[in-house]
Amino acid sequence: MKTTVTVALNGETRRVDVAPNEILLDVLREKLGVTSPKIGCERGDCGACTVLLDGKTVRSCLILAIEADGHEITTVEGLSRDGLTPLQQSLLEHNSFQCGFCAPGMVLSATALLARQPSPSEEEAKEAIAGNLCRCTGYQPIVAAIVAAGQKARQRA
Amino acid sequence: MTPLKFVGTSPRRIDGLEKVTGAATYVDDIPFGPNLLHAEIVESPFAHALIERIDTSAAKKIPGVVCVVTGKEFPYRFGLYMQDRFIFPTDRVRFVGEQVAAVIARDPQTAKRAAKLVKVVYRELEPVLDLEQALRVNAVLVHPDLGNYTRCPWFFPQAGTNIAHRRKTRKGDVEKGFREADAIFEDTYTVPRYAHCAIEPHVIVGLYDLSGRLTLWSASQSPYTQRNVFAQTLAPLGLTHKDIRVVTPYVGGGFGGKAGVSMEIIGAALAIMVKGQPVKVRWSRAQEFYNTYQRQGVIARIKLGAKKDGTITAIEHTLHWDAGGYVEYGANVVNAVGLSATGPYRIPNVKIDSVCVYTNLPPGGPYRGFGYSEFHFGLESHMTGFAQKLGIDPVEFRRRNAIREGDTLAYGAEMNPNGLREAIDRVAAEIGWGKKEVSPDPRKAIGKGFACFWKAPAMPPNAASAAFMKFNEDGSLNVSVSGMEIGQGYLTVMAQIAAEILTVPVEKIRIESPDTDRNAYEWQTVGSHVTWGCGNAVQAAALDVRGKMFAVVERALGFARDTLYLEDEKVKCRARPDFALPLRDFVISGIQTPHGNFIGGPILGSGVFMPEFTSALSDPETSQGGHPNVHYTVGAAAVKLEIDKQTGKMRVLKATLAVDAGKAIHPELVRGQIVGGMVQGLATALYEDIRYDLKGKLLNANFTDYKIPTAMDTPLEIVPIIVEVAQPDGPFGARGIAEHTMIPAAAIVANAVEDAVGLRLKTLPITAEKVALALAGIAYDDVKGAYMGLCFAGKPETYAFCTNAARRSR
Repeated sequence: MKTTVTVALNGETRRVDVAPNEILLDVLREKLGVTSPKIGCERGDCGACTVLLDGKTVRSCLILAIEADGHEITTVEGLSRDGLTPLQQSLLEHNSFQCGFCAPGMVLSATALLARQPSPSEEEAKEAIAGNLCRCTGYQPIVAAIVAAGQKARQRA
Repeated sequence: MTPLKFVGTSPRRIDGLEKVTGAATYVDDIPFGPNLLHAEIVESPFAHALIERIDTSAAKKIPGVVCVVTGKEFPYRFGLYMQDRFIFPTDRVRFVGEQVAAVIARDPQTAKRAAKLVKVVYRELEPVLDLEQALRVNAVLVHPDLGNYTRCPWFFPQAGTNIAHRRKTRKGDVEKGFREADAIFEDTYTVPRYAHCAIEPHVIVGLYDLSGRLTLWSASQSPYTQRNVFAQTLAPLGLTHKDIRVVTPYVGGGFGGKAGVSMEIIGAALAIMVKGQPVKVRWSRAQEFYNTYQRQGVIARIKLGAKKDGTITAIEHTLHWDAGGYVEYGANVVNAVGLSATGPYRIPNVKIDSVCVYTNLPPGGPYRGFGYSEFHFGLESHMTGFAQKLGIDPVEFRRRNAIREGDTLAYGAEMNPNGLREAIDRVAAEIGWGKKEVSPDPRKAIGKGFACFWKAPAMPPNAASAAFMKFNEDGSLNVSVSGMEIGQGYLTVMAQIAAEILTVPVEKIRIESPDTDRNAYEWQTVGSHVTWGCGNAVQAAALDVRGKMFAVVERALGFARDTLYLEDEKVKCRARPDFALPLRDFVISGIQTPHGNFIGGPILGSGVFMPEFTSALSDPETSQGGHPNVHYTVGAAAVKLEIDKQTGKMRVLKATLAVDAGKAIHPELVRGQIVGGMVQGLATALYEDIRYDLKGKLLNANFTDYKIPTAMDTPLEIVPIIVEVAQPDGPFGARGIAEHTMIPAAAIVANAVEDAVGLRLKTLPITAEKVALALAGIAYDDVKGAYMGLCFAGKPETYAFCTNAARRSR
């Protein structure tokens, strides 16, 4: 049995037929051609599949595609259509990522943080990305970039 | 000498933009269209069993199943240093989770469903799950055919036993050394297995096209080595190197786990079975834990002798490694340690035995540190313990015995230039060594721990690197190499080396990920050797390119080539200050002469590097006579740790590590390796804790039960320190540093715990639970030993040192 799901994916309305047991992650990657959410553990531990659902971070491996019906989904592909966001710019300048596999999820978790707390502390930044595992960096350069992006935003304001 | 313009600076990573935008492509992101097939593996439920019969008929009947593959189709052995593995075993299984068959189907769900219908009849054998059992006379043999395996010439397997290799190193006279000593200190240290936990699971897509060409898209650190192993293994089918192509896009973390060939051989074999259609094999997180490589467990017995003044006279270091069911790569870890287990100290009398033992646990293999993290835990714990016994400050004890340039190494070669003393002094100063700190909270104690480290790349003497270069019309440059960008920043460093020589800025240099059809050769990206080895090849290629440019200018314009130099992307001439020819004006289309013709053409260059001074040939009884290692990178580290005396919970207040990079080509990347490696290392010391049941089944093959650090688990402060004592044969003096940054982590924690609360814990990990029990006077291993998940399943009582590991030492 297939159901048609309608989502606003990175600002564009997309319709896709899904089986009731298909997870959002597989549908995004296999049927909608959006490959930035990564498959790391398929059980909600690693955060590599993080996407924004109506602006909030979710692990796309833990929700069914049909649950996303009628909702807005943002992946990292949708962030930089008009150039890098200040957060991405800051991550780039800090050489924050090494292998980069966790980066899409990390960027989205930090984007959601900055949306609710434009100038986060180091502790807040760490907490916001605590569900995104990174084995390379020790997190320090990622946290520094998030905090710096917030500080820059405050200076501009 | 002109000051360096690019080397020693910290430009943006050349892969940075792709990674922050999500543009970076990993193997699993490549589209293969609706024809893509999916494979599911049928796995052994037993640690040790004979395969009596495999019935695939029910699975084959499922609609959507394309074929079912077993060892019958591929009765070929493979392996990097020793061919002890089958693609699918035909006779027996040797660990829980080993691949026995594969189902290829139209979609993953069908493959999964059908795999459950493959019936395998096993005859269970006694599994060999601990070292004592493996080494017993008349032990059950994991590999009865050991004597017949093809292997590299520096391995010495003992047929009729479970010993896959023994590296013996002998220097001086160790008995005499102990007689000369005023004090002798002996103890045993135990390190369990660990998992790499790269966030990207292993994945490979194979396409054996209708013309008979085999292409593999592989998440690998080793494109050329994979092609070589695939070609060797599949040679009976008529495949040659020319017919096989390995493409390796970005890799989502390696740490050694994606070196060599593990699960990838399955992808290569399955592709052959479904000619014309691509097939994907993607490991689950659980398979990632039990069927790639694990870091090997080790039990290390150390005996040190020293004079009253702290001069070490002799070391006897015996290491028994739990190497798992297959050691085709892991035995070389054992070998590397057997050459270097003195640590970075000048010791006149040395006896090292490093013994690689087969068990029925998952295969051991390379893991960041390549055995050095494991032996440094024991050795550097022992150094501190011995210093205290001698009444010498542990840092001073190390400084007194620190190895120097020109010292004779355990295997007879000379030590390279190094900044070990500087590293020791700077780390001691940074951590405030000698200053006892007291927590304002009476329930908490603060301790400091110190350790030195060293490591050499373990590579065969003919491990080569190569580079090609070509210019584009705008004077931008393409560099072609086959090292892997596994996060360390290798591509950026290669660009900096090329930039320095050719004056082309880093942002005008493009380096693509490897494709064995097109890119220049690289042995593998392991051992922290690519900055050095491939860096030398890139340097040679850049010099080749520069020479060719000067030759064109000389031919076209008549300026002597020894008067020419490069500056700001222009050829200039010392004899003609007004002359400045932009590279973009001639690197493709040449230089026009007054006659209207053009001289030159596209500028291309190449460079190679091979460590021609190395040799693995030596006396098997002593390891004397060869030159197995190119050089060592050294350093020191320290930690300040706070312990809650009631709960055992530990918090890293500060960690610092100094590494001698020779020359830090990109200092920010070096600091990034120090921070990342330190966090990874501290986790292995404090909470990563692998567990097996009594039948050899891994119990915690996921991130819920095998904890790796989150952002909340990082030390409050990490201070990276870069020491630069140039490596004479390195590019701009550089040597590798990346693996090294996790090597001292476990020892500094053990030493800090001892400093804080007087407990000497000799078995990793040093968990809060273990510390709390020990503080309460209960030896952890007495109550938990059976489930330690080491190589002791069932019989902890056979290890006196193990059950006594958590006694108060003072």
